[in-house]
Amino acid sequence: MTDLRHISVRVNGIAYTCTVETRLTLADMLRHELGLTGTHIGCEHGVCGACTVLLNGRSARSCLMLAVQADGFEIATVEGLAQSNGMLSALQQAFLESHALQCGFCTPGMLMTLTELLAETLEPGEAEIRERISGNICRCTGYQAIVAATLLAAERLRQRTGAV
Amino acid sequence: MKPAPFDYHDPTSVEEAIGLLASHENAQLLAGGQSLMPMMNFRMVAPDHLVDLNRVEGLAGIEVDGSTLRFGAMTRQRDIELSPEVERRCPVLREALRHVGHCQTRNRGTIGGSICQLDPAAELVNITALHDGTLQAESPRGIRRLSLGEFAIGYMTHALEPDELLTAVTLTPWSQDHGYAFIEVSPRRGDFAVVAVGILIELDENDVIRRAAIAVSCLGPVPIRSAVVEAALAGETPSHDVLRDAAIEIGKLEAVSDAHVTAAYRQHLARVLTYRAFECAVTRARARRTA
Repeated sequence: MTDLRHISVRVNGIAYTCTVETRLTLADMLRHELGLTGTHIGCEHGVCGACTVLLNGRSARSCLMLAVQADGFEIATVEGLAQSNGMLSALQQAFLESHALQCGFCTPGMLMTLTELLAETLEPGEAEIRERISGNICRCTGYQAIVAATLLAAERLRQRTGAV
Repeated sequence: MKPAPFDYHDPTSVEEAIGLLASHENAQLLAGGQSLMPMMNFRMVAPDHLVDLNRVEGLAGIEVDGSTLRFGAMTRQRDIELSPEVERRCPVLREALRHVGHCQTRNRGTIGGSICQLDPAAELVNITALHDGTLQAESPRGIRRLSLGEFAIGYMTHALEPDELLTAVTLTPWSQDHGYAFIEVSPRRGDFAVVAVGILIELDENDVIRRAAIAVSCLGPVPIRSAVVEAALAGETPSHDVLRDAAIEIGKLEAVSDAHVTAAYRQHLARVLTYRAFECAVTRARARRTA
């Protein structure tokens, strides 16, 4: 019994049409059908946050969604954060400079979660950042450098947009 | 491929969804998927038919209907958390939602899905108990409304028929200056609570308790409202002694043990959290009254 559906999604601005089995998760579709292996899969039951992507701008765990449910959605993954010339986003650059990643496994999920936060506010407090990444598990950094990188990125984005 | 094979259905109307439930054996409803999808990925649940509610029209939204707040069953938890109407009329709901999973799961998770999942630690079930919520269910036989007491019939078990769909949750806000608090203890942020306490309180102009409500989660399969404590508080001034006595009574409620936590520890937490929550709710009621 194979239940197949045709779906259309936009991932990082690029339109894709694919035929998926309805039981395929969105995370597996991104990695195996589209070859976008930047989205990492850790626990596959919604606990670790590594597979976080943005669906129409809002963070979601791609292991807890079926690919067929994303039909018609705009999806953003870590591959879409840097510009096509390789220039990193402010958050990515701050992660790099602040040593906010070590093994890198949690990094795509962290970046997508915090990209959503910085789209909501450029003045996040430390407590707010910690609350926001409570759904992303990192076993290397101890989180401190991730929080520091987010504060640094927010500061630079404020300067860039002319806000005081 | 993690979940076992199923036939996928994505109805666009309530009637179509109910029809699918009525005409298919071993059909499972998919709301936000934040509990069902892990269970399907583990193959603890393997439905033959998956009825996805995410494209059903008219199941999501927050409406102010006279003196009540009505939530469509598919309203995302995050939308409720960010709603100015909820913050104004039902602030305890917003406070409780901060403990529901994480931002990423609240973006998908729904109020109706959480209530139907009926986890003993579910914050949204606590708030439904606390606010005397009404649950609206639809089936081919029509619409019926249930209290949480009628709906929750056992451990993670609700009273809906196989062809019945929860379509809305209605809460009745308290007076504009009521005090409120929601406090829980969990091993980690966003994890299941060990004990959770929700409180509502109304004070009159003489600082006398007009009415109070308390719902305690995790002592048993469904949140407990203590009519005894609520009745004892009405007419009292919320002094240290009065709140302490209420907390001691709550700490005497029967509690369950499990692999991680003893009943005695749950009772201890219930007592301590009740006192703290009452203290917080009274402080807020006084501040809101003078505001």
